[in-house]
Amino acid sequence: MDYRTILTTCTYCGCGCNFFLEVMDGQLIGTLPCKTSPTNEGKLCIKGWNVHEFVQSPKRLTKPLLRKNGELTEVTWDEALTVTAEKMRQITDEHGADSLAFLASAKVTNEENYLLQKWARAGVGTNNIDHCARL
Amino acid sequence: MIQEVITRVTELFEANEISGFIGLTQRHGHVCPHLFTTKDELKTLVLGDLDRPGQARYPLDKILVHLARAHPDKTFGLLVRGCDQRGLNTLFVWNQVKKEQVVPVGIACPAELAQACECAKPYPDQYVAGEAVDGMSFAKVQDIEAKDITERFDYWMQEFDKCIKCFGCRDVCPVCFCKECSLENNELILTGTIPPANPAFHLTRAVHMAGRCIDCGLCEEACPAGIPLRTLYKKVGQIMGEDFDYPTGFVDDRKSPLNIAR
Repeated sequence: MDYRTILTTCTYCGCGCNFFLEVMDGQLIGTLPCKTSPTNEGKLCIKGWNVHEFVQSPKRLTKPLLRKNGELTEVTWDEALTVTAEKMRQITDEHGADSLAFLASAKVTNEENYLLQKWARAGVGTNNIDHCARL
Repeated sequence: MIQEVITRVTELFEANEISGFIGLTQRHGHVCPHLFTTKDELKTLVLGDLDRPGQARYPLDKILVHLARAHPDKTFGLLVRGCDQRGLNTLFVWNQVKKEQVVPVGIACPAELAQACECAKPYPDQYVAGEAVDGMSFAKVQDIEAKDITERFDYWMQEFDKCIKCFGCRDVCPVCFCKECSLENNELILTGTIPPANPAFHLTRAVHMAGRCIDCGLCEEACPAGIPLRTLYKKVGQIMGEDFDYPTGFVDDRKSPLNIAR
């Protein structure tokens, strides 16, 4: 018999709403908006209310997929990263760094977004950096 | 006030009357719903009062339903205010939880909270802490009823049109337990539009609250659009009490006349 509430921050957008994930006997069973959070004051949108559903969804991607001969195929992270790095290098070698663009996300932390822009600007050498809210 | 609650729950643990106590604790500066499983843990118990009484109330009845269903051989203590007690009574009526699986530990709400909630009975049948204050009248319902019918309709339509359809009012509701919800039935209500088909969406929910809503107000507190849902459902409750002789939440042994299957 185990029931606990885990305070966390919504990953759906950049607002940063706080809620409790309800965990009963190791399974996520619900979401409760945090009343004392100064951001959302006990309120959530429909996505936040249902956040517990995607975590354990069988439809969730758990491994990288690479299109091989037109078919999406599960591959290791090593293979996925190697292919991506090689393609990116090939594109920048042939067409220059500005032929690439980077899209950061409201769903990750500030620090991760910082790292992405740093990598785009200082690592790859382009200012083509934007965020998913522009899509 | 809190000490009386801790003393009572400690007694229940020591007498092995409960396997766990569903209440509130404070972590990371936030009030959190919590299942206490030992009496030692109770020193972290809080009542959800921060800057003002009852600021952080949570649907503890709903947590009880989850736990009691998963552990039918266990009995749970439950922190109850007047509204939670009414919720429990209604859950008994609808066979969502068995009376023998719960030991309510009551607290009476202070006048400030009772007034803010316009609560008809701001204390449970039995309480170990707080002092009972008289029930309040539904002044907000009276204010709206004072409007003429066109003005009143416009008022509600304007409120309903603010809805962003988060379903928070339903999701937080301690007495919303249906497996299939009419609000998601495309044949009853056009789904996939914002604002929802009004007034059908909100009036459907209001009708479904007849004989169910126990006036805890958690729906209104959860509404990101600030729709005065509590006032709407208070009126539903008033009709049930006055016209159908069914004071919802104060009855624990019979369904409302509108809900009896034929």
